[in-house]
Amino acid sequence: MLALDRVSKTYPNGVHALARFSAEIRQGEIIAIIGGSGCGKSTLLRAIAGLDRASSGTVTLDDEAISSPHAKIGIIFQEPRLLPWLSVADNIGFGLADLPATERREKVARALDRVGLADKAQAWPRELSGGQAQRVAIARALVPQPEVLLLDEPFSALDAFTRRDLQDHLLDLWADTRPTLILVTHDVDEAVVLADRVLVMRPRPGRLFDQIEINLGRPRDRNSSLFETFKRSVLTSLDRSLDRRVPDRDATQGPGQAMWW
Amino acid sequence: MISDAPVLQQSSDTAESAAAPSRLSRYARPMLGVLLPVTLALGWELVVWSGWSNGRLVPPPSRIFTTITELARSGELVRHIAATLWRVSLGFAFGVVAGTLLGAISGYWSLARRLLDPTVQALRAIPSLAWVPLFILWLGIFETSKIALIAVGVFFPVYLGVMGAILSVDRKIVEVGRTFRLSGFAMIRRILLPAVLPAYVVSLRVGLGLGWMFVVAAELIGASEGLGYLLLDGQQLGKPAQILAAIVIFAILGKLTDWLIEIAAGPFLRWQDAFGRAKGA
Repeated sequence: MLALDRVSKTYPNGVHALARFSAEIRQGEIIAIIGGSGCGKSTLLRAIAGLDRASSGTVTLDDEAISSPHAKIGIIFQEPRLLPWLSVADNIGFGLADLPATERREKVARALDRVGLADKAQAWPRELSGGQAQRVAIARALVPQPEVLLLDEPFSALDAFTRRDLQDHLLDLWADTRPTLILVTHDVDEAVVLADRVLVMRPRPGRLFDQIEINLGRPRDRNSSLFETFKRSVLTSLDRSLDRRVPDRDATQGPGQAMWW
Repeated sequence: MISDAPVLQQSSDTAESAAAPSRLSRYARPMLGVLLPVTLALGWELVVWSGWSNGRLVPPPSRIFTTITELARSGELVRHIAATLWRVSLGFAFGVVAGTLLGAISGYWSLARRLLDPTVQALRAIPSLAWVPLFILWLGIFETSKIALIAVGVFFPVYLGVMGAILSVDRKIVEVGRTFRLSGFAMIRRILLPAVLPAYVVSLRVGLGLGWMFVVAAELIGASEGLGYLLLDGQQLGKPAQILAAIVIFAILGKLTDWLIEIAAGPFLRWQDAFGRAKGA
């Protein structure tokens, strides 16, 4: 279990990015964190990853305090961040340097197969499309079999079709080992498709505003009315978090509202 | 863009006939660059041969070539080339080692950069030839002062190249290393070294160019052998063919050693190469 206990972060320039954020996340749960800009979503994710230390409060994974990057926690960024001087296969095997070569090759080959890029094993990252590169990044984060996988707006730089593909693909991969997923996103659709629970954050300073359980079976039909209902409740919560007047959502929804920025 | 034409056209079956002239131009284009110097050389050869000029101050190519073969036959040439190569190699080696070490320290460790870099930059502002009298006083007129001068010339571009390359390593890539818990040595070996390598190779090539420049300066100052000595000897004895012969050999050696660095670095920079090819194809 991942426990966040009153995690706060004040940057040296005085910005109060995160205030006493507490949550408990079960092993294997999929969490989406959503909120207006400046609500501390990324700050929170970086604190869990151990990349930035929280000013106060604690992050514990299975009773172990996290203050620096941890073997059981993987992260995927908005950009693929592949190492340009390594082939696709070597990029995927980057976190497996401690394993004997044969075992590493085996795992990499399996991962390549799993993300459908077996034919790109020897390609350079520059030769990949954006979606392919992000799939390599996902494979790289997943091969060491982390217990927790953090995703910082992983699909926001991709086009709509590729984004959908990768969302489905991510769920498919998740089912293999069922790590905990914590996904920061701007996209309400993405949050409702993927998450068991959506955490809505409120900005200045960033703090938890609302939690919405998405009690929908998988695979989820993006066009079902139940899906729409959950989307509407997330959107409503988001509007409230920003002190906006909540519009009448029973009126027909235009496609423009599917994305929330 | 025009260079892509043959590749593109070969892949389509209708363009077979059109491929012929562009294939010709693929070989013809590098030749264009040779056209001017060759024409000038042949022209001058003709002028001297026909007696319009005696070619005493500007010897024709044939006379330069004869001078080179004569020097080669007497074994003089090998001795001079060996002396110069030895000086460049040693000076280059010392300059590269010092530049790499100090550049790496300044790039990696910001306290060292604040401490060290202003001094190095101030020293860099001194025209390197200004060191010559001092080096001769300190190190004597023989090899040591020459090698020191070459090393100074090589040092600065390498130092700047290494420091700049380390400072400009993408923070996001370093973060990937951190998430995989690389630290200290592993971070340097697996992230920093490959990331700085392209810029490092460039700085080595610039450094080598300066090394060749400074070996001439060093040998003009006082030497009994070396290609720079050939230059000076040719001037003092009024043998322009010998001066031009030495210049031609400098050009060949400079290009050759530069090419050696390129070849040696090739396997490590294939990922960049692939980028160029991918864009071209």
